[in-house]
Amino acid sequence: MANIKTVSKKSKAQSMGMHTEVLTGRTQQKFFNPDEAENFYYFGTYDVDFNQRTDLDVKDMTAAEANKEIDNLMSEGYGTIVIKNPQGKHSLGVGILNKLNLIFEGSLGYFGMGSCDGPTVRINGRVGWSCAENLMAGKVVIEKNAGSCFGAAIRGGDLICKGSVGARTGIDMKGGTIIIGGDAGAFTGFMMQRGRIIILGDVGINLGDSMYDGTIFIGGKIGSYGSDAVDSDLTSNDQDWLRRKLKVAEIGENFDVSKMKKVVAGKKLWNYDNLEPTEKKGAI
Amino acid sequence: MVKKKGKKLAKVKEVKGQLGKKKETAREKMIGQSIGYRYDVNLLPDYSKITPFLKKYIEAMGWDDLNWLEDVHMGYEEDRPAVFCRNANGWVTIPSSIKLPNNQQDRDMIARELLVKFQMSPKHPLVDLKKAYLKF
Repeated sequence: MANIKTVSKKSKAQSMGMHTEVLTGRTQQKFFNPDEAENFYYFGTYDVDFNQRTDLDVKDMTAAEANKEIDNLMSEGYGTIVIKNPQGKHSLGVGILNKLNLIFEGSLGYFGMGSCDGPTVRINGRVGWSCAENLMAGKVVIEKNAGSCFGAAIRGGDLICKGSVGARTGIDMKGGTIIIGGDAGAFTGFMMQRGRIIILGDVGINLGDSMYDGTIFIGGKIGSYGSDAVDSDLTSNDQDWLRRKLKVAEIGENFDVSKMKKVVAGKKLWNYDNLEPTEKKGAI
Repeated sequence: MVKKKGKKLAKVKEVKGQLGKKKETAREKMIGQSIGYRYDVNLLPDYSKITPFLKKYIEAMGWDDLNWLEDVHMGYEEDRPAVFCRNANGWVTIPSSIKLPNNQQDRDMIARELLVKFQMSPKHPLVDLKKAYLKF
């Protein structure tokens, strides 16, 4: 736990009496040996086999029951699970922290595949709001269109929509890659802090509004730029990576990536520091 | 032992892209803290530099590329090279026995490998938390 420690005056802000303390003890003293036995999975997760396949009909199940059953099947070693009749249920497939090959034969409602870490998911239909919210790792592919807040706050992994998506795609994202085969709505990349968004089609107004960091690649037209979103040069490294990523996403393999636009943060919002509140007071 | 006087000190050469060597701006000097990152957090990985361990990890997970590890870079904490573990919300410092190359792409691959090993280790802080607080 962090402790507060008083320090001698060092910086100008400190000498002005604005703060005399710093947080200490945030570094955890935890030792491990980098050469210890090779292990690729989280401690306590299920050892599943991709070749073990089963079907699960969730027509008469609630979302909680269906998610529990997915967990039970993983505990039995099933590495490929096909979900039949999802019928637009909300919150299906959430909280999977395991490697898994999950296939949905239909569409999902709100918050599908939220807070996952590791699975490879294919959804042969559409998805509602906030699909794959808080995704940590893995790959989620949507064959048709997606609703608003697609990939909200994701931190890692690949999130792919072969169709078009609604507004606020990648809002507050902190990592990972979102790939859109069609168009995207307004406020795409709103407040994004890190990660990458690729849109092969057009994008709506206020692209990358208030973005702090990260990169947005656009293949079509841009409705308008948001606050602090600026153009940047597309490098050869960017182009190589885009070709590789589109191949992984199974879309736009013949797309001419050299004509894509690259949008980044202007970094004018990077002025957060200890002096700022005092300066604001002075200005008022 | 008495040190010999008059011996010339070797000049410390500043290597481009070396960790923690970026000059502070006037603003940073004034506020006593750094603004933003001191390494390129948007740098895309060079797949020609991928290590055998990472290749095996990708294969085991059934992915086509580095996936979430594309966002992992080597940073530093308290002037020591380190990699940030998002699960533990803290920095994992790199053991001094590991020699670090002078380019970010190679360093990042080392950081990725070390982070996977740390996160999958039974000594990861979340293992204790899971034992104490797991509900279902």
